[in-house]
Amino acid sequence: MINIYEVLETNKMIEQENLDVRTITMGISLLDCAASDVDGLCRNIYGKITRLAEKLVKTGEDISKEYGIPIVNKRVSVTPVSLVGASACRSSEDYVKVAHALDKAAREVGINFLGGYSAIVSKGMTHSDELLIRSIPQALAETERICSSVNVGSTKTGLNMDAVRLMGETVLQTAELTKEKDSLGCAKLVVLCNAPDDNPFMAGAFHGVSEPDAVINVGVSGPGVVKYALEQIRGASFEVLCETIKRTAFKITRVGQLVAQEASRRLGIPFGIIDLSLAPTPAIGDSVAEILEEIGLERAGAPGTTAALALLNDQVKKGGVMASSYVGGLSGAFIPVSEDQGMIEAVECGALTLEKLEAMTCVCSVGLDMIAIPGDTPATTISGIIADEAAIGMVNQKTTAVRIIPVIGKTVGDTVEFGGLLGHAPVMPVNTFSCSDFVNRVGRIPAPIHSFKN
Amino acid sequence: MNRTIITVVGKDAVGIIAKVCTYLAENKANILDISQTIVQEYFNMMMIVDLTKVDKTFEVVANELAEIGLSLGVQVKCQREEIFDKMHRI
Repeated sequence: MINIYEVLETNKMIEQENLDVRTITMGISLLDCAASDVDGLCRNIYGKITRLAEKLVKTGEDISKEYGIPIVNKRVSVTPVSLVGASACRSSEDYVKVAHALDKAAREVGINFLGGYSAIVSKGMTHSDELLIRSIPQALAETERICSSVNVGSTKTGLNMDAVRLMGETVLQTAELTKEKDSLGCAKLVVLCNAPDDNPFMAGAFHGVSEPDAVINVGVSGPGVVKYALEQIRGASFEVLCETIKRTAFKITRVGQLVAQEASRRLGIPFGIIDLSLAPTPAIGDSVAEILEEIGLERAGAPGTTAALALLNDQVKKGGVMASSYVGGLSGAFIPVSEDQGMIEAVECGALTLEKLEAMTCVCSVGLDMIAIPGDTPATTISGIIADEAAIGMVNQKTTAVRIIPVIGKTVGDTVEFGGLLGHAPVMPVNTFSCSDFVNRVGRIPAPIHSFKN
Repeated sequence: MNRTIITVVGKDAVGIIAKVCTYLAENKANILDISQTIVQEYFNMMMIVDLTKVDKTFEVVANELAEIGLSLGVQVKCQREEIFDKMHRI
């Protein structure tokens, strides 16, 4: 039987160490919503989302109350819209109409974000993909809750450099169209390589074509719990350090597994995966950077950071895998800058640079995340950053992503305030040497040799 | 069996257990186990309770217990047992 110390430990994690379930994300296939006219398509999409996700928020709240565990976000991901709209959408404006329909459905069911305004163009772009990508700046500027992602490469296909070039321009245009809000649109736009089909975390969530009609995926969190556990074993050996992270990750993930199964049962929708991610928030004590500091670094970004992060990421997975029957999504430590107070401080004091962040993305999920850069950064430079990050993903057979915000009208030394979970960020300097001749080549980078496994 | 864990945390005072137990008895909740400890001068109590015969919904019981806690100056939480089981048992 459960004893009082176990009960107190769990409740302490929840009350003092910010343990929560970060998101219950319902994946919904929109493939059966396809129509030959835009209005019909929008009607079908709105109808299906509001029908399936009607009770999502209420169910999440009920589970949260009964188990006493906060469930921070209830969200929906949908089939990449460029597939669903291929027949109906003849222009980018048509796609913007679909974005409005999705936004309206998100508002109706009470979720804060809906992901899947996406295109998967890792090898090539269809006409529909290109129309959708070109509609992204307007769609993100005119909607509130839509998240967009574009997958520009994979280990199997190589990198679609035409898409990489287009995404550099798209990121910059999105920044321009949302400049009144510190280019906030870019916080809802992510460029991926090796994007998973079942990721529950925004902005990169979409419901892949390999998925069933509807599915429940859950993202766990808990950097604060890991940090607290490590505080108790300061100075211990690597063996003890790893064991402690693993045990803690196990406990965190078990809660996620319970919530996922319960949500799946109550909603009558199959359980998909648990995403084992340490997702920080701007709240004090809910920071991945602070875990790195607890492991022994003065600041995130100091020499040793990549090794410490590799260790952390691996132990989180090892502990989490045993706690859940199905693991997927991104599964690893997130290192967003603006959403992590310790990261923000590391940037502000000069310990953490863009280049070090890039190195860190080699050993963890996901990539360059929530990084503010000067608004006058050329589109080709943004494409170069995207290409670098995608190359890391392609060669290392992992997911990588870029979610950077060129803040129009701001430069190094300024600070950007996004608010809420998105936090705030100092504008970081970008290498100013040009890569335009590289980015302006057309075509794609071939898949790496180790992708040929057949 | 509908097992729920009730925890009471706060400054020690006369009649905490009595009040919570009276409420549970009035609502036909069966107490299976009680344990308590003092941590850093704070009173910590845990009860394992079976709510099968209780007519009220879980939410109502949780809210009413929280109100009793408020009147005593302590925090009373009501959580389904599975969250602790899952976390601490393989």
